[in-house]
Amino acid sequence: MQTILEMKNITKNFGGVKALNNVNFKVTAGEIHALVGENGAGKSTLMNILSGVLPYGTYSGDIFYKGKHCVFRSIRDSEKNGIVIIHQELALVPYLSIGENIFLGNERAKRGVIDWEKTYSEATKILRMVGLHDNPHMLIKDLGVGKQQLVEIAKALAKDVQLLILDEPTAALNEEDADNLLRLLLELKKNGITSILISHKLHEVIKVADSITILRDGATIETLQVEHGGINEDRIIKGMVGRELVDRFPKRQPRIGDVYFEVKNWNVYDPLIEGRKVIKDVSLKVHKGEIVGISGLMGSGRTEFAMSIFGKAYGRNISGQVFKDGRELQLDTVQQAINNGLAYVTEDRKTAGLIGIEDIKHNISLSSLNKISKRGIIDDDLENAAATTYREKLNIKSSSIFQKVQNLSGGNQQKVVLAKWIFAAPDILILDEPTRGIDVGAKYEIYNIINQLAEEGKAIIFISSELPEILGICDRIYVMNEGRIVGELMKEEASQESIMKCIMQSNRGRY
Amino acid sequence: MENGKMKPAAKVTSIGYTIRTNMRQYAMLIALIVIMIFFQIATDGVLLVPMNVTNLILQNSYVLILAIGMTLCILTGGNIDLSVGSVAAFTAAIVGTLVINKKMDVTLALTIGLLIGAVIGSWQGFWIAYVRIPPFIATLAGMLIFRGLTNTILKGLTLSPFPRSFQKISSGYIPDIFPNLTNLNMTPIVIAAVSSLLLLYVQIRNRKRKFENSREIMPRSLFVAQLIIVILAINLFALALAAHKGLPIILVILGVLIFVYHFFTTKTVPGRYIYALGGNEKAAILSGIDTKKVLFFVYLNMSVLSAIAGIAFAARTNSAFPLMGNGFEMDAIAACFIGGASSTGGIGTVIGAIIGALVMGVLNNGMSIMGIGSDWQMTIKGFVLLMAVAFDVYSKTKSK
Repeated sequence: MQTILEMKNITKNFGGVKALNNVNFKVTAGEIHALVGENGAGKSTLMNILSGVLPYGTYSGDIFYKGKHCVFRSIRDSEKNGIVIIHQELALVPYLSIGENIFLGNERAKRGVIDWEKTYSEATKILRMVGLHDNPHMLIKDLGVGKQQLVEIAKALAKDVQLLILDEPTAALNEEDADNLLRLLLELKKNGITSILISHKLHEVIKVADSITILRDGATIETLQVEHGGINEDRIIKGMVGRELVDRFPKRQPRIGDVYFEVKNWNVYDPLIEGRKVIKDVSLKVHKGEIVGISGLMGSGRTEFAMSIFGKAYGRNISGQVFKDGRELQLDTVQQAINNGLAYVTEDRKTAGLIGIEDIKHNISLSSLNKISKRGIIDDDLENAAATTYREKLNIKSSSIFQKVQNLSGGNQQKVVLAKWIFAAPDILILDEPTRGIDVGAKYEIYNIINQLAEEGKAIIFISSELPEILGICDRIYVMNEGRIVGELMKEEASQESIMKCIMQSNRGRY
Repeated sequence: MENGKMKPAAKVTSIGYTIRTNMRQYAMLIALIVIMIFFQIATDGVLLVPMNVTNLILQNSYVLILAIGMTLCILTGGNIDLSVGSVAAFTAAIVGTLVINKKMDVTLALTIGLLIGAVIGSWQGFWIAYVRIPPFIATLAGMLIFRGLTNTILKGLTLSPFPRSFQKISSGYIPDIFPNLTNLNMTPIVIAAVSSLLLLYVQIRNRKRKFENSREIMPRSLFVAQLIIVILAINLFALALAAHKGLPIILVILGVLIFVYHFFTTKTVPGRYIYALGGNEKAAILSGIDTKKVLFFVYLNMSVLSAIAGIAFAARTNSAFPLMGNGFEMDAIAACFIGGASSTGGIGTVIGAIIGALVMGVLNNGMSIMGIGSDWQMTIKGFVLLMAVAFDVYSKTKSK
């Protein structure tokens, strides 16, 4: 087995902070090598150094690629050597076609004039390789995220990639698309392409990786060989957090009260596409002190359902009834929803949950300004006191309440969003993917917060794509598919298999 | 933390840290002072003679008023209002027609003028907030529409002169409270003294409160120095006014507007909504903020302020004419950006825009005194705008 890449004693400082400390990383030719670690462990930094995003000279240590000492001053340098990185945020231009995107910056051209014939014929060929059969003239914006991810890989193939780096490629994909992508990685491996896979989804890592390197706090902890056996999620997590995480989900004794929140015959139409029904006749109820999960694949309508209830923030021609404590609610605006004790924590904290350029304090108070103001005038002292309280209570790691939220880590940002809604003192909380993209430690803290809220007698709706999480913390689970509730399972009867069975059966029913 | 469970002690920051973290706030103020010193020397002291200080305020009053409103527009997401010059001219034309041709009572005509501003603002706010026409386009249309209507009303002619009582808005002074005491007009001096004491009291009380609430406070030396400079500036300014004709009425109007809008944007709930809308519209909507209402109000407000600016300008030039207000929008927009507003929204202050407007005003005035032609004045102002924003962008990327 030949070593294709070796990174030796890599050290990198950001300001005064050591992001990487003497990291060693070795990849064998033709393997899929997973790189795992908590957020902030240094995975992305290491890959940015390898791909030249952080140029030679800004770090110390050496990179050997195919036995040669390499100096990468820019992405172009590394790409010339066949090293291509695909970032978490896709770098595609929505209003250009698939073909144009594949050869972006790498155009099939003669003396600056693009050869469209060649562009599209080669694009078609490369698309076949990644298993896409769409017309290369299609615009990127008309593709789903899963297919866009495949186009990114096609783009890498167009550059004659030999070492492919994927940063969280499945984070935004549903189970089916993710499986598809992993299969493609195995396919590429057969063709001799080496991959480095950064992922939080450990079951995927175990499925495809040949070796796994664990980083923690900017240092290499260990490299595990999957073929040696004995590798499971707990083993990896132990390496990532440095201790045995006995229980990934904190224990709780549910004290479930009466039915508190109820939705009846909820129907929602797509706001853009005339006549397309997104939510079909959904009814559900939540008891006091109960955590109710909504499980389902991405695109099953969970978010649309939640947002349409939250003051009709999504959809049109909404019909149905919402009851709280037996009384019917009128929820036409977000303000009405908040006044009636609802809170909705969005799945996308960056674009819809937080104001990045503002500080922690302003974000926490945003939906409760009436609590800290008199006759429309804000009382600074009250606002500071509230922010300070929640910063401590939720353990938001920051320099002060005056730190801008865009400079916080994902986990701490999520805590700010939660703080904002807890401060609003809702009776019913809808949490949409509250732990997406955050590390194991922060997840545990957030589960604790959610348990605490249930303990206080609040009714909680918990939406998540991660089945283990839904199973771990919910008392009862609704399964959603194609805008319908297709199953309801008590904690005892719920399992990954039973949930998937509900989805599959409902799919079969349609055909 | 040594005192265990007790409240953490207030943190006194170092001088260097305080200056660094407030760099962007101070930068333009320092630039303004530097520009003033430069012209004071270059004009052999003419810039700051009492008459010219008064003139500076009178000349720039309309830009200052517009810059306040434009700040709010820009805060909502980098949106600008191109129609302000036309709306100002339109209001002036109507008020002029009422007062000069129809001999209407001035107070009544002014009230009608403000109402017209509100009606125009509702019209533009409706298209922008509820029909979601991009503000750039909606106000470009407004710019054409109201310029056209101004011409129609004035029939292409200049209306003049306004009655004395109307002109007073921009050229009158508050009477001397102690007329026979000294050669100086005592009104500005008394007001400056009172406001100095008030400022001293408020600042010291705030510092104490911050200290008690364990917040960061700046070192005492810097605090004292800052207070002395501000109080000195207020009193010297008042002295200059006193030595000329006293306190201009328009300055009182300006002072009230600046105070009210500064308070509105920093201390009130609707003010916070404007920042939230510009910072992240989706997040604002999902936090229960009626962003349409906010946007509507901001453009309504802008047109009312445009009406005030139009009236002030008409009173100063003692006329209403078809081309009046041409280019006002650009002055106001430039003032906001020089004053540190972000072109993507969510960042900016009323005080910053005022400083920006003063920078432009002093540049205009200083260069005019030096006898520099208006061609070069415009070129230089363009460079200043570019440099100010470049500095802003640079300091932002550096702080990352």
